[in-house]
Amino acid sequence: MSIEGKVALVTGASRGIGRATAYALGKMGAIVVGTATSESGAQSISEGLAEQGYKGKGYVLNVTSQESVDSVVKAITEEFSAPLIVINNAGITQDNLLMRMKEDEWDSVIDTNLKSVYRIAKATMRGMTKARWGRIVNISSVVATMGNMGQSNYAAAKAGMEGFTRAMAREVASRNITVNAVAPGFIATDMTHALPEEQHKALLTQIPLARLGQPEEIANAVAFLASEGASYITGETLQVNGGMNMR
Amino acid sequence: MSTIEERVKKIVSEQLGVKEEEITNASSFVDDLGADSLDTVELVMALEEEFETEIPDEEAEKITTVQEAIDYVVSHQ
Ligand SMILES: NC(=O)c1ccc[n+]([C@@H]2O[C@H](COP(=O)([O-])OP(=O)(O)OC[C@H]3O[C@@H](n4cnc5c(N)ncnc54)[C@H](OP(=O)(O)O)[C@@H]3O)[C@@H](O)[C@H]2O)c1
Repeated sequence: MSIEGKVALVTGASRGIGRATAYALGKMGAIVVGTATSESGAQSISEGLAEQGYKGKGYVLNVTSQESVDSVVKAITEEFSAPLIVINNAGITQDNLLMRMKEDEWDSVIDTNLKSVYRIAKATMRGMTKARWGRIVNISSVVATMGNMGQSNYAAAKAGMEGFTRAMAREVASRNITVNAVAPGFIATDMTHALPEEQHKALLTQIPLARLGQPEEIANAVAFLASEGASYITGETLQVNGGMNMR
Repeated sequence: MSTIEERVKKIVSEQLGVKEEEITNASSFVDDLGADSLDTVELVMALEEEFETEIPDEEAEKITTVQEAIDYVVSHQ
């Protein structure tokens, strides 16, 4: 069963890793639904997909709202068909040292990066169990296993996501649904653009391949896990980080 | 239009992959028809879709046989 013609939902596809992933899945023939938080973002996703010659379109989605998730999944199912490939990519950072971290900084990162995965998996699972086929790929981070100064909220959310990945993988394996994660290292996107020059230099000394990764290099790993070629891989977290977290 | 009993049995048959002839009203999903926990959740969801109703978790737990499913649907028409 190839993914040609299957509907793939990619959250946070307006830029960075999400956009590259949307294109990688489009290239494999999937009908790609990419989401952004704004109408203009959704519009540019639609245009981007059309420019590349891929099927699909952009939708507005806020992953922190169950109502938004439910209505988008319903709309996708009516317009195309039930999404059988789900890439939980939308995510944010709100870094702070723990002693200064405000409760809303903690809550918003956990909500956007972790609870979102519960919401979306729950809303799309029925379609996959019915089809007796499904792929979920959660975008974690190298920080889930390595930890990082000032990212206790983010690391907790991503480590939680990896635990969720393994539990879900067991729950739905009998329905031929695989659940995996990809843990990127430092990738050149808006998220890492904000790093100060000095920190950037110091960071490179930690990466054997001595450069940041490109969004496409994450997208390739995600596309593999979504493909038929990865049918015997489930509950796994694939590290894609230029060698900075070898174990 | 098929009866409620026929519709319930059809869903049970599809969901659990057993032949309709093998399903009796007394059949227990788990003990007789080999359902696991995920099957029973899916079965309840399929019943909800077919009969356009919502079955609360406390009620769903009590539906363990074909007859109990039929009774639930009949009393919530
Ligand atoms: N870049 C890295 O080095 C790196 C490393 C490890 C892991 N990651 C993970 O990879 C994923 C993508 O990262 P990125 O660097 O590509 O991020 P990015 O460029 O900052 O893009 C974030 C995406 O998430 C969307 N988003 C944010 N909040 C949302 C919400 N509440 N509801 C729905 N969508 C929301 C954004 O939509 P709008 O455009 O509408 O704002 C945008 O499309 C994230 O989960 C991140 O944690 C990134």
